[in-house]
Amino acid sequence: MNIDLYGFGPALAAGALMTVKLALSALCLGLLLGLAGALAKTSGNRPLQWLGGFYSTLVRGIPELLWVLLIYFGTVNGLRSIGLALGVGSLELSPFAAGVIALGLCFGAYATEVFRGAILAIPKGHREAGLALGLSTSRIFIRLVLPQMWRIALPGLGNLFLILMKDTALVSVISLEEIMRNAQNAVTVSKQPFTFYMVAALMYLSLTAVAMVALHFMEKRAARGFARASQ
Amino acid sequence: MNWEVIIKWLPRLMQGATLTLELVAIAVLAGLILAIPLGIARTSKKWYISGLPYAYIFFFRGTPLLVQLFLVYYGLAQFDAVRESSLWPYLRSPFWCAAGTMTLHTAAYIAEILRGALQAIPKGEIEAARALGMSRSKALVHIMLPRAARIGLPAYSNEVILMLKASSLASTVTLLELTGMARTIIARTYLPVEIFFAAGLFYLAMSFVLVQAFKLLERWLRVDACQGR
Repeated sequence: MNIDLYGFGPALAAGALMTVKLALSALCLGLLLGLAGALAKTSGNRPLQWLGGFYSTLVRGIPELLWVLLIYFGTVNGLRSIGLALGVGSLELSPFAAGVIALGLCFGAYATEVFRGAILAIPKGHREAGLALGLSTSRIFIRLVLPQMWRIALPGLGNLFLILMKDTALVSVISLEEIMRNAQNAVTVSKQPFTFYMVAALMYLSLTAVAMVALHFMEKRAARGFARASQ
Repeated sequence: MNWEVIIKWLPRLMQGATLTLELVAIAVLAGLILAIPLGIARTSKKWYISGLPYAYIFFFRGTPLLVQLFLVYYGLAQFDAVRESSLWPYLRSPFWCAAGTMTLHTAAYIAEILRGALQAIPKGEIEAARALGMSRSKALVHIMLPRAARIGLPAYSNEVILMLKASSLASTVTLLELTGMARTIIARTYLPVEIFFAAGLFYLAMSFVLVQAFKLLERWLRVDACQGR
């Protein structure tokens, strides 16, 4: 196989950086949305429960690609009129922002279920112990529940992150210059589709491998003090 | 929201949905057939048997479906040998490329599901089959595979839903399935919100029907009756 990259090596490397940036930004948004969704679903408030359930069902039932397209193309008119109304000219979402919102939304919907499982897995006694110590509800959540959720939710979140990393390729459809888009650009110039898509595949594969190793260590660290007890 | 537009284009969206279902049906059925030998080989303790399935699964689970699709649809044409082969009429058609790639992709995931299910079978049941004088292969066909099918069914139904959503990627290789059809209609009407909303409803409806169908199948196979250990 010809591994001459026709001078597209730096572009692909920049694409990899963009992919990582996109994945991490979407991860931040998704974690927040997931946490909010899980809290809503486990709260005692009926409308909030309903809202959380609606969010996770709706988002999980529609393809990621459709979300990316919907958020990028669907907000054009709305944002333009908002921008004109505010007198700041024509507003629009950059492909990066649209990608972060769409992927974060999808990550959050799945993370809602992971976090919910983690919240339910924490024994009731822990919360009662916090109450008995006179801690406020929010303090119990931050000091008692959240640290334990991390350990329980990490494997599930790790899987979701690996999926998210691969879903970043979808954002190439709205021409964000990440790995896939730069590979497509390289193909139009070089007429070597197999070479460049294979290189792109190997880049995703190595990103996934790095993420898997990092997750392994994070899980090991999160489970310290528990590994032996569980056996 | 412009409902008239949605109603006007409903038949075309329906057409797209049919193509989506065709793609998914081919992928999950052919993928299952391909995954059975892969999954069984993956559980082998001999490295020269489990190695190749392991590499296959690692590649297909580690790279995005979009990359795989482009690799097959655009990439294979780079080689003259492929273009001159008798398979070229199939490899040139976006439908067969999408169906084939989705099959290979989902087979890797289903093989992992099958491996997990095979390893989750209680050891005693396999030992009981062997003690009754069944050969290894007989125990595999009559005891282990039916048992693994029931253990793995919920995960398989998840995979089918994931493939339903992944099939939207076929629109990137010019196929007019549900997402592709929606994009074509939007190019004509300039109403992205309405048409994507309608397409989203179609996806929701299809996944709802699939989930219900799998629930029936689980009841028919008596999945929960088998879970008691």
